[in-house]
Amino acid sequence: MDFNATLFGQTFAMIVFVWFTMKYIWPLLDEAITERQEKIAEGLAAADRSQQDLELAQKKAAETMREAKEKAAELLDQAKKRHAEIVDSAKDDARAEADKIKAGAQAEIEQEVHRAREELRKQVSVLAVAGAEKILQRNIDASAQADILDKLVAEL
Amino acid sequence: MAETSTGYIKHHLQNLQVCSTENGWAFNTADNPLLCKGEFWAFNVDTLGFSIGLGLIFLWIFRRAAKKATTGVPGKFQCFIELIIDFVDSNVKDTFHGKNKLIAPLGLTIFVWVYLMNLMDLIPVDWIPGLAHAMGIPYLKIVPSTDVNITFAMSLSVFVLIIFYSIKVKGIGGFTKELTMNPFNHWAAIPLNLVLEGAALLAKPISLSLRLFGNMYAGELIFILIALMGWFQLPLHFGWALLHLLVIFLQAFIFMMLTVVYLSLAHEDH
Repeated sequence: MDFNATLFGQTFAMIVFVWFTMKYIWPLLDEAITERQEKIAEGLAAADRSQQDLELAQKKAAETMREAKEKAAELLDQAKKRHAEIVDSAKDDARAEADKIKAGAQAEIEQEVHRAREELRKQVSVLAVAGAEKILQRNIDASAQADILDKLVAEL
Repeated sequence: MAETSTGYIKHHLQNLQVCSTENGWAFNTADNPLLCKGEFWAFNVDTLGFSIGLGLIFLWIFRRAAKKATTGVPGKFQCFIELIIDFVDSNVKDTFHGKNKLIAPLGLTIFVWVYLMNLMDLIPVDWIPGLAHAMGIPYLKIVPSTDVNITFAMSLSVFVLIIFYSIKVKGIGGFTKELTMNPFNHWAAIPLNLVLEGAALLAKPISLSLRLFGNMYAGELIFILIALMGWFQLPLHFGWALLHLLVIFLQAFIFMMLTVVYLSLAHEDH
């Protein structure tokens, strides 16, 4: 317990050391720590934000997917409808065409029949005249009897 | 050792000193160990030297960390230093709520420096003095905190800061009022108040330094006693060192904490 000038030496050393710490050590480390704390806080906030963004994006993606499916289904429906329509109209066209062809053929046949009948009528009238000539055993003036013949032809 | 137990203990408790004599500055020697006893203008070269050396080691380590301090991912060394900084900082912030650029660095310096000084206590008592003896240095106390000069120098510095901040924050009038009008707020009680408050004020540096000195001196003495016991000293030394590991940390922490508490009290207006 002897006090001596060591007191002054130690006091002086302490003043210098505390001053040095205050000036050149503490502020640097304190600043580094504080800045890093801010950085970490920012990083955590950013992570939270991106998590939210991700959730939002996922929701949006699901929404888009659903819409696309709906649209596809709609298109498919439309296509089916259109297909039915095309098939129907094709059927109608074909039927109409067939009817037209049938009608044409019918008309031709009728014309042919008519013509054949005229031919037949003429031949029959010639035959009738010839027959009548034979029956009368004489030459009949065909022109004189033409009116009769025409009547006959019209009756046939 | 050829000495007696008493001689061995005395030898270990003797500082290496230098003082001014009629023949100029002189060291105490093995022939005349008490050359500087009673002299005020004497320096305990060993404790002061180790104290300053340890202080410089502290500054060097922390300055290195401060220079390389990055706000990015810190290395393990920086993490360790920051752990200490954060430990001191959180303790200071818990206790002291004002704005003061000095208190936290002061707390850090005191904590680490006192811890390093106390740590010297764990080096077996004969190693470094034995080495010094072989080199011709007769006495060497390596634990600065077992020197009452060292601890008092620190606590008196803190005491000056207490007075300084008391006056700075409260003014001379406020500080005087605190000393004279407490605890009994009556003019007739001024002498009594002065005695009570004065004793309380003076008790702060005295208890601060004597607590550290007493703990470390007693611890050192027990290490010396254990070292006298021959082969038995090994387990005993180990046990006591283990306990002391706690004590040296605790004493450094208490010194720092009380410094912060006293200075924050100096900042408070009653």
